[in-house]
Amino acid sequence: MRVVIAEDLVLLRDGLTWMLQAHGMTVVRGVETGPELLAAVAEEQPDVLIVDVRLPPTFTDEGLRAALEARRTSPGLPVLVLSQYVEQLYARELLAGGSGGIGYLLKDRVLDSTEFVEAVRRVAGGGTAMDPEVIARLLTHNSGNGAVASLSPREREVLSLMAEGRSNAAVAQQLVITERAVAKHTASIFTRLGLQPSDDDNRRVLAVLAYLNR
Amino acid sequence: MRWSRAVGWIGRGAAAGAKGVALGAVGLLAGLPLFSFAMVLSMLLHDGTADRTTHGPYHTWALVAAALLAATGPVWQRRLTDWTRRLLGRWCGVRIRSPYRPLPVAHGTEQRMLRLGRMLADPATWRDLVWTAVNACGGFLLVLAPVIAVIYGLGALASLHGGSGPPPELPGVPLPTLPPVPVQPAPQAGLAALLTQPWRHGALGLWAVVPLGLALISVALLAAPRLLTGYGRLAAALLGPTREAQLAQRVEHLAITRSDTIDSGAAELRRIERDLHDGAQARLVAMGMTLNAAEQLFESSPQAARALLAEAKQASAKALAELRDLVRGIHPPVLADRGLPDAVHALALDLPLRAQFSGELPGRAPAPVESAGYFAVSELLANVSKHARAQQVWIEIGHTGGALRIVVTDDGHGGADPARGTGLRGLERRLAAFDGVLAVSSPLGGPTIATLEIPCALSSPKTSSS
Repeated sequence: MRVVIAEDLVLLRDGLTWMLQAHGMTVVRGVETGPELLAAVAEEQPDVLIVDVRLPPTFTDEGLRAALEARRTSPGLPVLVLSQYVEQLYARELLAGGSGGIGYLLKDRVLDSTEFVEAVRRVAGGGTAMDPEVIARLLTHNSGNGAVASLSPREREVLSLMAEGRSNAAVAQQLVITERAVAKHTASIFTRLGLQPSDDDNRRVLAVLAYLNR
Repeated sequence: MRWSRAVGWIGRGAAAGAKGVALGAVGLLAGLPLFSFAMVLSMLLHDGTADRTTHGPYHTWALVAAALLAATGPVWQRRLTDWTRRLLGRWCGVRIRSPYRPLPVAHGTEQRMLRLGRMLADPATWRDLVWTAVNACGGFLLVLAPVIAVIYGLGALASLHGGSGPPPELPGVPLPTLPPVPVQPAPQAGLAALLTQPWRHGALGLWAVVPLGLALISVALLAAPRLLTGYGRLAAALLGPTREAQLAQRVEHLAITRSDTIDSGAAELRRIERDLHDGAQARLVAMGMTLNAAEQLFESSPQAARALLAEAKQASAKALAELRDLVRGIHPPVLADRGLPDAVHALALDLPLRAQFSGELPGRAPAPVESAGYFAVSELLANVSKHARAQQVWIEIGHTGGALRIVVTDDGHGGADPARGTGLRGLERRLAAFDGVLAVSSPLGGPTIATLEIPCALSSPKTSSS
C-alpha cells in the first residue's frame, strides 16, 4: 500500500512513517505544505493520503483544503485527515461528497498503533474512519431528535461504533457480542431512524452519518 | 380614500398639538422647583425688612421650605428634564442622549450632600435650567400656538352656529343687551374681532367668519407637526450633551471599559495558569512518575511494568484532551482557520439542539472583534441550551451599517433579563470594550431574541493561498 504523508512536524511525520512501514505499508513521500501535497498526489498516485489539518504556509486549515482539492481532482482518492482537534464542520465538509474513503481522526489516536493502522487500511479500502469524539458530539447535537433518543443504550453503542465507520464484525468484536446480535441491533436502529437497510457495511455507515448530519 | 387622507391629516395635526401641549407642560413643571425656590427666597428677602420677632414662625417655615427645595429641586428638575428627553425622543424623533456626568450611588446624608454637590457642579444641570427658562419664556408658545389658533377657529364657528350673536336680519341695529356668550370678550379690532364678534361686522362679517375660521384651523393643524419638530430641535440644542460633555462621557466610558478589559484579561490569564497547573502539568508529572516506576519494574516484573505503561499512555491522552479544551477556550481553531461565520457555524453544530445558521460576511473583522463576537455568541448559546429549554435556535450573522451584527433567536420559554442575569451583564461589559452593544428581547413564554452589534470595518476577503 502506497501512502503520502503531509505533516510539518518532523517528529510526528517520522513516527508515522516508521509505524506504517512496520505494518507493511510504503510511505512514498512525506511533504510539509499544502501545495507540495497536491504535487505529490499528482506525481505518486498514492493509495491513501494522510494529512494534518494545519500546515504551512498559512498554518490554518491548509491541509484540509488541500485534501478536499486533491479529492476534487482525483475523485475517490482515500484521505485520512489528522488534527490536534476535531470539528463537526470539517467532518461535514469531508463527508459532503457522500462517497467513502474518508477518515477524520484526532492525532491522539496515533498512540494506539493497531487501531490507527486498521483505520488507515479501512480508509484506503474505501471505508470511513470518524473519530469517536466527532460521533459523540454528533449524537449530542441530535439529542433533541426523538428517533435517536428512543434508541436503547446498547443500540446507541452500536450506532456510535457504526458511525465511526466500523463493520458489523468489528462492532461485534468491540462489544463482545455475536455478529448476529449486532445485525439485529442494526436492523432495529435502521427501522427507528427510518433508513433503508443495507447489507453493505460501507453504505450503512454513510447512511447513518448522512442521517446524523442532516 | 380622500376622506381617509383628510382624517389622517387632521389626526396628525391634533396629535401633534396635544403632544406639544404635554411637552410644554412638562417643561413648565420642570421649572417649578426653581420658581418656588425663587418665590420663597423673595418672600424671605421682603420679610427681612419687617419685624423679625413677629414673623418668626413664618420665617422659619419659609427657610425650611427653601432648604428642602434647594436640596430636592435639582433631583426633581433632572427627573422631569429626563422625562422631557424621553418624550422628545418618542414624539419629535430627536434622540437626545443624557448629558449628565455619572453620579456616585448615595447612602446616608453625607453622601447625598456629596451627590447634590456633584449635580450642581455639572454644567448639564445649569443648561437644563436655561432650557426651563427658555421654555417658560416663550418656547412653549411655539407648541401652544396651533392649539390656541384651533380654539379660536372653533370658537368663531361656534359663535355663528349657536346664535350667540344678534339675529342676522337686524344688522347694524344697536344692541339692546350684551350678547349671551359665556364670556364676553372685550371689543377687539381687525381679524381677531371679526372672528370673535362677527356680528359687529354685519352679514358680511358673519359669513366671512366661516372660511376664515376654517382656514385658521387648517393652517394650525398643518403647522402643528412642523412646530413640534421645531420645538424638538430647540430642546435638543439645549438638552443634549455639549461637545465637551460628549468628549468627557467618551473618556469616562473608555476609562471604564479599559479597566474592565484589563481586569478580565488578568482573570483569563489566571484561569489558564490554574487550568495548566491542575490539569496537563499535573498529569505530565504523574506520567513521569509512572514511567519511572515502570522502568524500575522492567526487569523484575514485566507484567506490572506493562500495566504502568498503559496507565502512562492513558494519562498522556487525558493531558492532550485537556490541552485541547484549553486551547479551544483561548482561541478556537476554526476561528483562526476560517473566521467568524464558520466558527459560529461550528458552535451551532456542537449544540445539543437543532440549530439553523445563516448569513456571511463580505470580509474578515479585526481579530479582537472576531474573538469578542465568537465568545459572546458562545455564551449566548450556552445560555440557550442551559436555561431556555428550547427546541431550536436560529443564528444569523451579517455586517450592516458599519457594524457586525449577530442575532441569536430561540423558541424557549423566554424571561431572560440582562438586569438580573450576571452572565448577560458581563457579556455587555466585555462588548462595551469594543463599543459593542447587546439587546435582549425575552418576553415570558418566548421567543428570546438576543442581538449583538459591534462597530467595525471588514478587511477585504483573503484570497485562498492554494
